[in-house]
Amino acid sequence: MSLNLQDVQRVAKLARIAVSDDEAQAYQQQINGIFALVTAMQAVDTEGVAPMAHAQDVHQRLREDLVTEYNRRTVFQALAPQAAEGLYFVPQVID
Amino acid sequence: MINYGLSRLSSMLASRQISSVELTQLFLERIQRYNPSTNAFITLNEAASLEAAAQADMRLADGNAAPLTGIPIAHKDIFCTEGWRTTCGSKMLENFIAPYDAHIITQCKQAGMVNLGKTNMDEFAMGSSNETSYFGAVSNPWDLAAVPGGSSGGSAAAVAARLAPVATGSDTGGSIRQPAALTGITGLKPTYGVVSRYGMIAFASSLDQAGPMAKSAEDCALLMNVLAGFDARDSTSLERQTEDYTRLLDQPLAGLKIGLPREFFAAGLSDEVARSVEAALDEYRKLGAQTVEISLPNSSLSIPVYYVLAPAEASTNLSRFDGVRYGYRAPNYDDLDDMYEKTRAQGFGAEVKRRIMIGTYVLSHGYYDAYYLQAQKIRRLIAQDFTQAFTQCDVIMGPTTPDTAFNRGEKTDDPVAMYLSDIYTIAVNLAGLPGMSIPCGLDHRNRPTGLQLIGNYFSEAHLLGIAHQFQQATDWHERMPDAFRG
Repeated sequence: MSLNLQDVQRVAKLARIAVSDDEAQAYQQQINGIFALVTAMQAVDTEGVAPMAHAQDVHQRLREDLVTEYNRRTVFQALAPQAAEGLYFVPQVID
Repeated sequence: MINYGLSRLSSMLASRQISSVELTQLFLERIQRYNPSTNAFITLNEAASLEAAAQADMRLADGNAAPLTGIPIAHKDIFCTEGWRTTCGSKMLENFIAPYDAHIITQCKQAGMVNLGKTNMDEFAMGSSNETSYFGAVSNPWDLAAVPGGSSGGSAAAVAARLAPVATGSDTGGSIRQPAALTGITGLKPTYGVVSRYGMIAFASSLDQAGPMAKSAEDCALLMNVLAGFDARDSTSLERQTEDYTRLLDQPLAGLKIGLPREFFAAGLSDEVARSVEAALDEYRKLGAQTVEISLPNSSLSIPVYYVLAPAEASTNLSRFDGVRYGYRAPNYDDLDDMYEKTRAQGFGAEVKRRIMIGTYVLSHGYYDAYYLQAQKIRRLIAQDFTQAFTQCDVIMGPTTPDTAFNRGEKTDDPVAMYLSDIYTIAVNLAGLPGMSIPCGLDHRNRPTGLQLIGNYFSEAHLLGIAHQFQQATDWHERMPDAFRG
């Protein structure tokens, strides 16, 4: 399985990464090289094998319904590229 | 003094032969002198380091010191450190001052350890040579033309050059063990879940695990006593009884059964690494251990599986970098989508973008079963190989890397060749097992070789003891590069 240039551009769009045509060509070549490695997986018989998501089969812990996080809005918004009056600024989304 | 182990430094601090401020100054001066050639550190804050050292001295004077109070430590720049710039090696976080401490940073602070600085790393821990860092490549102290390995290359170089007595690292596919091997130091990747991931900037969450990097197994054990422990803020942190990781250091090795996976000694392993690993195994036999051949039949699939699972998790984790809440934002854009796309195009480096795109692809509609689900199934087969192997042996040993350190630029144009340098380490992350690398030789160019030790789940103390016994009988871990002796 290999990706064509349109596949690379579609994936870049899904990942929200701007790529030029030249970059897309370079990525196509490198990503296909990596997928050539990955194809070794396809020949393996995994019938009946349960997928393994985590190394330890632990259950999600429950905890008391208590406040554990406090409002640190000012501290966190000081890190934002553009924020004021408690709001994060982004380009206009709705006309 | 730069070669002293942590227990010796601790007793000097306890007996007031030296103060933490003096010790911190000694290492800060070494960093000033040698960082221009190694580039091991991204961020220093001498005033903050010395302030922490002064506080440690007060604690020592008050008689309420912990075992590592006053010991300076270098932290990989993947750990959020309140008030310190935390970049993860990326332009995306070039100006990010962390608003809170990672769990292990809190643990080190509570132990009274002194933060010496934040060490260089591959961008978002994606790399095996430290060449993907936005802040420049790191040089291997044994040969400045060589890479130190990655992604914890800065921590490895800092310890190897004796710019820090000990350091933290993180290991997703070998990022503690591979740089430890390439720089002649000792590193431990604990069992998944033993060290909290809270505040460690996420790469592939089901694989990421923090651990110690030091001159010796004994020092790794002492730092593990600080790093390990349950933390409710990490949903995968394991609730276990506190253990003393130094308790098995002096356990003799008579009767120890070492499993040698035939797949780790096959084609692809360099002759020099093979010879030094064989010599190390002979040393273990002298110490009373026996070796048995074992097989990890699915281990050759670990690289394909990893390069599906890790990018898939990364593409999800790194979606948070959107130019809105923190980090870089592109200066010019037309609309919201354009802002996202330009921010991420400009803020991430090539390797990170490559992996995000692979991850996006394998998780996209129509490909999920063929790639992601298939990889998760093979992950179980790989883990089962280890379970089977540990019915025949107590510990698994082999090379950490197929070859010694390569030169900078040698593999940068070929991602696949770069990925293959982690061929012996990745399976351990997929299975979630603990693994170590200890120095076991030098090649004809005077570049270090590493022996990998893999243990069963939660066998860190045992692994550290097995490594310590080797280090009692040999002096590879005491060797240091000549250029940094002064």
